[in-house]
Amino acid sequence: MKYLVCVKQAPDTAELPKVKAEEAASGELSIQLVVNPWDEHALESAIQSSEDYGGSVGVITVGGEKAIDALRSGLAMGCAEATLIEDTEADAWGVATLLAAAIEQMGDVDLVFTGQLTVDGNSGMVPIALARKLGWPVLTGVAKIIEVTDDSIVVERVVGEARLTVKTQAPAVLSVIKEIGEPRYPTFIKIRKAARVKIPTLTASDLGVDAPAPVVQMDNYRKPPARDAHVQLFDNASDLVDALLAEKVL
Amino acid sequence: MQILVFIETDGGAAVASSWEALGKALSLTDQVSALVIGENVGDVAAEAGSRGAKTVYVIDDASRALFDLDLYAADASNVLSQSEADAFLASHTGNGRDLMAAVGFDLQAGVLADCLDLSADGDKLVGLRPIYSGNILVDATTSGPVQLATLRPRAAAPAEPTGASADIVSVTPAAVAGRVEVQKVERAEAGEISLTDANVIVSGGRGVSKDPELGFKLIGELADTLGAAVGASRAAVDAGFIEYKHQVGQTGKVVRPDLYIACGISGAVQHLAGMNASKVIVAINKDSEAPIFSVANYGIVGDLFDVVPAMNEAAKGKL
Ligand SMILES: Cc1cc2nc3c(=O)[nH]c(=O)nc-3n(C[C@H](O)[C@H](O)[C@H](O)COP(=O)(O)OP(=O)(O)OC[C@H]3O[C@@H](n4cnc5c(N)ncnc54)[C@H](O)[C@@H]3O)c2cc1C
Repeated sequence: MKYLVCVKQAPDTAELPKVKAEEAASGELSIQLVVNPWDEHALESAIQSSEDYGGSVGVITVGGEKAIDALRSGLAMGCAEATLIEDTEADAWGVATLLAAAIEQMGDVDLVFTGQLTVDGNSGMVPIALARKLGWPVLTGVAKIIEVTDDSIVVERVVGEARLTVKTQAPAVLSVIKEIGEPRYPTFIKIRKAARVKIPTLTASDLGVDAPAPVVQMDNYRKPPARDAHVQLFDNASDLVDALLAEKVL
Repeated sequence: MQILVFIETDGGAAVASSWEALGKALSLTDQVSALVIGENVGDVAAEAGSRGAKTVYVIDDASRALFDLDLYAADASNVLSQSEADAFLASHTGNGRDLMAAVGFDLQAGVLADCLDLSADGDKLVGLRPIYSGNILVDATTSGPVQLATLRPRAAAPAEPTGASADIVSVTPAAVAGRVEVQKVERAEAGEISLTDANVIVSGGRGVSKDPELGFKLIGELADTLGAAVGASRAAVDAGFIEYKHQVGQTGKVVRPDLYIACGISGAVQHLAGMNASKVIVAINKDSEAPIFSVANYGIVGDLFDVVPAMNEAAKGKL
């Protein structure tokens, strides 16, 4: 079994409110970048699956040179190998196209794990697009891995308010939610080892593809209007309820 | 502009936020058609007509009883070309997102995902998109062969029934084999209100720690009185006080109720990322310095174990 986890280097959530409109527009952020939190759950789940069912785990990202740090985090958690696809222009469809090309080139990937969303782009489109490009089934909202075999996987999915147990063929793409498991802390030894792993860098031309030009245009980057931050405090619950009735929200 | 709207169904009934997508489409153009896929969905198709769709394309088949991305995406692509719509819209539910991503990628058409609003600039659809977890807003447009968008639940008023009727066009299911076998379906308990659809949410945080069971019981009782859904902070979920599906925030659900009552929640940025678009925020916290008070409209500084039951009593008397 070969598992591959797709991760993205994304802003530290604690610093997201500091992102400025100009920075978002240029993509050049001054805040701390870390592994997208949803992807940490994907890393955990793939590593846990490899421990439960055998096999090895790779980690891959599309990004700039700095995205190597996200790959090192994956290595420190327990991935055996890492790949950087260097590209900073691609949008969701472009990222999916590049990842698919790399996966086809690897040739031996059975299960691709992703997080369900990034905390910067927020679209959640990549896992589905990646599966479409590969021609593989995709399961989103995965909360639990129930069984992995050489050619199939059984998982629990959360879809709206329902929970489904589903089986599909491998190879497949999964996008996971937090419930699947808390990411493990890397040990000091693993962090040291991860720092020494040589990470190959590929470009679109190495992969023999042209990432499609972005099809979504974003303009007028701005901060949302600040909340009207004047809290009115009450001494008792009855007055508070009256205020909420007067606001017509009850 | 001609817009096709995906009306998601579940067990033969429409998913409520689909009517919001239809309502938004109707506010942009009167050329609106609907796509209904499922099993025994004749009533939903008729309702889509009553709520204003001129034409309703229906794929009613046992193989469509549950959402299956391969099948639904093939059906939607067929109907999209048959209808000649310029735009295709869905509510940003998990299934709505998956469907739009698949159809969009297959056609190399862009998706304006999880929009807070949509407007029309001539024949161009303009999506108000939150990015960076709501910390930045952009106007998004797409240049693909067809314009796709998903609308965040509760971002628009639902289309209301008018008694009108639509042309119902029955479409043959696409000849595609499914690859996913559903072995078990557990639905939410009847009457449970989903966080993303709720008008009112009462949430609990680590502040319940001294007696978590009692704390969430009191929160649940207040929620029942208010017809509200129950939410939680990650700290409450991670401590095992309540299930993950109740988590609001960065790695939980993003909600925008009319009223959000945060009980024993400090207001960390990751929690705010999930709820700071709520219309009115109420904070119940014993620490007057808690950051939640800086986004709250109303508050009580006090012990939630006293304040929550007192609110419940007061609300019972006044509602
Ligand atoms: C990557 C990442 C993702 C995250 N995602 C989320 C997320 O999705 N959702 C989320 O909520 N958090 C998330 N967090 C965690 C977040 O940073 C906070 O740790 C969490 O929100 C704190 O929860 P809390 O407010 O319940 O607890 P605390 O911060 O401990 O606050 C408890 C509050 O309760 C008050 N209190 C205590 N006792 C009482 C009482 N008896 N009566 C009234 N008030 C009382 C205290 O004054 C305090 O303000 C995330 C963090 C990271 C790093």
